[in-house]
Amino acid sequence: MPEGEPALEVRNLCKEFPVHRGGLLRRQEGALRAVDDVSFSLARGEALGVVGESGCGKSTLARLLLGLEKPTAGQVIFGGRNLFELNTQQLRAARRRVQIVLQDPYTSLNPRMTIGEALNEAFEIHPGLCPKSQRRERVQELLEMVGLSGDFARRYPHQFSGGQRQRIGVARALAVKPEILVCDEPVSSLDVSAQAQILSLLRTLQRELNLTYVFIAHDLSVVRYVSDRIAVMYLGRIVEVGTKEELCSHPSHPYTQALFSAAPIPDPTLRGLRRRIVLQGDVPSPIDRPSGCRFRTRCWKAKDVCQELEPALQEVTGPFLQAACHFATPEAPRLAADR
Amino acid sequence: MKPVPAHLQAEEGQPPAHGAVLEVKDLFVEFRLRDKTVHAVNGVSWSLGRGETLAVLGESGSGKSVTAHAIMGTLSSARAKVTAGQVWFAGRDLLTLPERERRRVRGRKIGIIFQDSLSALNPVFTVSNQIGEMFRFHAGMPRRAAQRAAVGLMERVGIPDAKRRANAYPHEFSGGMRQRIMIAMALALEPDVLIADEPTTALDVTVQAQIMELLQSLQQEMGMGLVLITHDLGVVADMADRIIVMYAGRAVEESPVRELYRAPAHPYTVGLLRSVPRLDQAEDDLQPIGGAPPDMTVVAPGCPFSPRCSLAAEVCGRERPLLLAVAESRTSACHFSHSVLEGTADARG
Repeated sequence: MPEGEPALEVRNLCKEFPVHRGGLLRRQEGALRAVDDVSFSLARGEALGVVGESGCGKSTLARLLLGLEKPTAGQVIFGGRNLFELNTQQLRAARRRVQIVLQDPYTSLNPRMTIGEALNEAFEIHPGLCPKSQRRERVQELLEMVGLSGDFARRYPHQFSGGQRQRIGVARALAVKPEILVCDEPVSSLDVSAQAQILSLLRTLQRELNLTYVFIAHDLSVVRYVSDRIAVMYLGRIVEVGTKEELCSHPSHPYTQALFSAAPIPDPTLRGLRRRIVLQGDVPSPIDRPSGCRFRTRCWKAKDVCQELEPALQEVTGPFLQAACHFATPEAPRLAADR
Repeated sequence: MKPVPAHLQAEEGQPPAHGAVLEVKDLFVEFRLRDKTVHAVNGVSWSLGRGETLAVLGESGSGKSVTAHAIMGTLSSARAKVTAGQVWFAGRDLLTLPERERRRVRGRKIGIIFQDSLSALNPVFTVSNQIGEMFRFHAGMPRRAAQRAAVGLMERVGIPDAKRRANAYPHEFSGGMRQRIMIAMALALEPDVLIADEPTTALDVTVQAQIMELLQSLQQEMGMGLVLITHDLGVVADMADRIIVMYAGRAVEESPVRELYRAPAHPYTVGLLRSVPRLDQAEDDLQPIGGAPPDMTVVAPGCPFSPRCSLAAEVCGRERPLLLAVAESRTSACHFSHSVLEGTADARG
């Protein structure tokens, strides 16, 4: 891992949403804890992949990192300061340094604005970035950086394919020269061929611009492609985290193991030969989370202790892999034929 | 062997001679918009054997879902029109049947499930009512018997506590459970064919595995043919016997599944296989197909994939390649299909 001050540090981040019942006399009935005590730190130029299924809190985490949501507790620190203690002016400056790429680039682009105008907006909000005289040139440069023609600046969003629109989404995020890029399911609405284009682009840009990534997705193979480290989330909490090499060669949390085993592999010769873990049931509602370990209702290893005691993240194979499970056991990912 | 274009192999207007349970022949579908026409399906032919799983693989806009709707007679918009082709089922061309008769086939003999189960289910009726409707409408079963049959079916597709959950509404179920309800409805009358249009795309990975397992075991139990419409090469590898790869409203390659993954015979298929990041392999850089899919409102001469194809030669822009035999039970629509298959041409997109 690179040395020096972390580019981004997240400490004990929690976010609760109140849950109301009833119409006229709305009473708060409890809380939905979308993000529960999440901590990690990222070195400059490092890419953290966050993988998890729907409802695991990964998008809420993204919104917290951008300061779009106030946490119930915890800190997001970059440049040595907590994002949530900044005044408006400082916050604006801080936000320039963290940008986001969203899932659906169509709904995130204004249909009445040309691509050039959309990119120019960034310079109007942060005028110090680029003098007026150079803006046109800079827009072209940005478009070319993401593999589009500079002439596209005059076109409107509907004139582009999904993959091209996502390139525009990336260009817009890069317009303000951020240090950190949060990507929230950036390829999950794209076709296979466009997905591969965007993944390659993101990987190239990271190397060239030394960007720090938080890359959020539900697809493990996509996350592995872009990340240096991977965190697996389940019902708001990180249940396993480690370097990509460690986590992908011996996943230790039962949930991570299940994710690997459920991942479809495009190889028909493996059919019926992989030892699959098919989890029972669905992810429980985050409103009434199971006691103790939150995964125990779907876990084949669950014992009494899992009901009583919530497991904390602990080292498994050494400093490069931690799992939150009473029975964490590293095993080879179930990706190949079982012999 | 002199190659024969796939669509000329059988005589025009004749039902299939061999054991196919469903056959699509030379299907064309258009969408007429105000100022232009989208050519969504341009001469697609395939047949499905009894008990077989046929994957129809393609990206958005390839015409794979439109084909399914044309078979079912559920093309939603008045602007959509089947302009040519036949759909043979049980000795009859479904496209020529009057709507009354077609409705009897739909649901009873051919079932369909969609990607988005929430919008496919009616929000104001209980799930057992909707499953039971299949028995009431098609089999004339009385209400109480239909209700009992619905609960039995819910148990069969693995909905826990089915009896108690029978009177719940669609929104009270999770995505995976709703997809099970859709499957229950589609299979209620033990159809000969099930068309599954992206059945697991909207689901979480761990739930996706459950649904695929369920579909496979029910298919084996009932011996029905399954048309699996998907964009996911992993799902195809897991489930299908044969695969049709679609591009721009046409079939560009057809093959038994194992053979296709071992040695694809169309540059587009080669590109797709190289575009998927694979957990079971060292992560080399992906080799994406360049460019974007073609504008379906323009009928251009030549191969529709040629603008994105690294093998494209002058002939490709001039002459559209036919879907021709390239090996035993394999066809490919490429002027260079033999060299692609043998790996002597580097078909990078």
